[in-house]
Amino acid sequence: MTFEQLLQYIFSGLTSGSIYALTALGFTLIYNATGLINFAQGELVMLGGLSAVGLYQAGLPLPVAFLGSLTIVLIVTVLFQQLAIRPLLSRGVLAQVIATVGASLALRTAAMMIFGREALPLPAFSGDTPIRIFGASLNPQTLWVVGSTLLIVLALQLFYRRTLTGKAVRACAVNPLAARLMGVSYSNVVLLSFAVSGAISAAAGVMITPISFMTYSSGALLGLKGFAAAALGGLGNPVGAVVGGVALGILEGLGVGLVSSGYKDAIAFVILLLVLFLRPQGIFGGKAVEQE
Amino acid sequence: MSGGTSSRVSRFVPRNWSFAVLAVAVLLVPAFTRDTYILSIFAFMATRFMVVVGLWLLLGLAGQISLGHAAFVGLGAYGSAILVTRADVNPWLALVMSAVLAAAIAGLIGIPTLKLKGHYLAMATMGFGEIIHILLIQLKGLTNGTDGITGIPPLSLGPLNFSDPRLYHLLVWVVALIFFLLALNLTNSRLGRALQALRRSEVAAQSLGVDTSWRKLQVFMLSAVAASIAGSFDAHYVQFVSPDSFTLNVSVILVCSVVIGGFRSVWGAVWGTLLITILPEIIKRFNEDAVNLVFGLLIIVIVVLLPVKSGPLARLQLLLRGRERL
Repeated sequence: MTFEQLLQYIFSGLTSGSIYALTALGFTLIYNATGLINFAQGELVMLGGLSAVGLYQAGLPLPVAFLGSLTIVLIVTVLFQQLAIRPLLSRGVLAQVIATVGASLALRTAAMMIFGREALPLPAFSGDTPIRIFGASLNPQTLWVVGSTLLIVLALQLFYRRTLTGKAVRACAVNPLAARLMGVSYSNVVLLSFAVSGAISAAAGVMITPISFMTYSSGALLGLKGFAAAALGGLGNPVGAVVGGVALGILEGLGVGLVSSGYKDAIAFVILLLVLFLRPQGIFGGKAVEQE
Repeated sequence: MSGGTSSRVSRFVPRNWSFAVLAVAVLLVPAFTRDTYILSIFAFMATRFMVVVGLWLLLGLAGQISLGHAAFVGLGAYGSAILVTRADVNPWLALVMSAVLAAAIAGLIGIPTLKLKGHYLAMATMGFGEIIHILLIQLKGLTNGTDGITGIPPLSLGPLNFSDPRLYHLLVWVVALIFFLLALNLTNSRLGRALQALRRSEVAAQSLGVDTSWRKLQVFMLSAVAASIAGSFDAHYVQFVSPDSFTLNVSVILVCSVVIGGFRSVWGAVWGTLLITILPEIIKRFNEDAVNLVFGLLIIVIVVLLPVKSGPLARLQLLLRGRERL
């Protein structure tokens, strides 16, 4: 492998890695608030991408379609949280997990009925002319994806570290009971976590669609990879989610270069199993991976 | 366990008449109909019943979700199809070999994930399901890609040829009923009691000497074997396999059937199987695509409205009488 090729694989790994990082963050926010793995997370990413395609094809300008898609996914997520998760908060995690499994099937099928079975594209945010760096070509969309990811991560950090609401959310992640005793509304924290998680996932979906297209069935693999990234970094750790996502993306990019692109999607699964085998708490030691 | 011979025998005798009634009713079906359409619905119901009972053991007893059971069915179906049509292996031996492979893979996925608290198994099995689906399409030399494998011979045993739908009905239902009986008795076996204990409190079960992750692994492997055997039967019955039958959506619908029947007793699997067999036939008349949408929403509605641990009869009462909590 030449240096140019290596750089090329790293660029493409960085792009998909950013998407995995955002999806992993989506998992982390909900997991920290409720201890729940949301099996519809990948479907939220898919819905974000397809909603933007739908709005764009209806004639709206791209930025408006982007915001519109965020709004749609936000509404879907909040509705799901209020109608299904809220009544189940006192009934244990298993019932909630089953509800998210049902939601994933319902969203996948609804998307198929609305948008059809074809893989749909979206134009790149600022043209397709590649930028040459050290002989490797960089897709301008990559800059959008990586830049927006950085921005989202920074904004989240500010929110969770500096604002009172953010601190209340973190308090709930550490100890929900103690947080409630201090006057934090647990159900509002859960609602907020779902809302932010939905919006981030939708953004990830819109940004990746110009590069790899989107179909109704893309959600499962995106969700799986986001989860593998979260587990790699340490489930429940937001920094771990971002590092895990980027690491997974680059490993996948190199794997495509070294092995074969046919098995690209298997890499995340193998990494997930290896992490759970060797270091279930992930690189940074997740919050609540308890071994029996 | 008080392992006297008499208690061992009594465990294989059904404790109530319900099983006998169910067994006689389904085994008498061929006496009343020769309609191949109706018989084919019953034949698929039998294999689906096996998968759902296995999944019930995993979900209802051990509280673990698998989102990859359609892939285990696929493993059995393709295992039988490939071994029989390409390597000329005896169909029964192929069925056993595929089941052993399914058990081995279940072990590989279960060992790391079932040691952990939480729903790692669900995510890992979902990944496994996606990989299997990709492999079934990609490994064209072995699986013939999206076209699938045709010409799988029907099962036969000595002079009996099970290409006769009524004979096949008896065979597949006897197998399914034996497995159901096994599951009924398993609930009250050492394994079953260990799983019931760990579902209530994992720590308490451990302190009483239950190796909880090993018990969960056992039941996961058992459910994978049941799914694989069901897949082998289907492959020989339809004489054709293709990747479309083993998707994530199918896995979720299988979970749905367990949720419909409730986690209280294995009998929930009977109602769940009935519903996932009959409901699609009705919805298809209006809109074929809507089947999965209805199932997805049904899971949410049921889990929100009904306690997961209630049994099928309690659920019917709840629905009829309104929302009194049992």
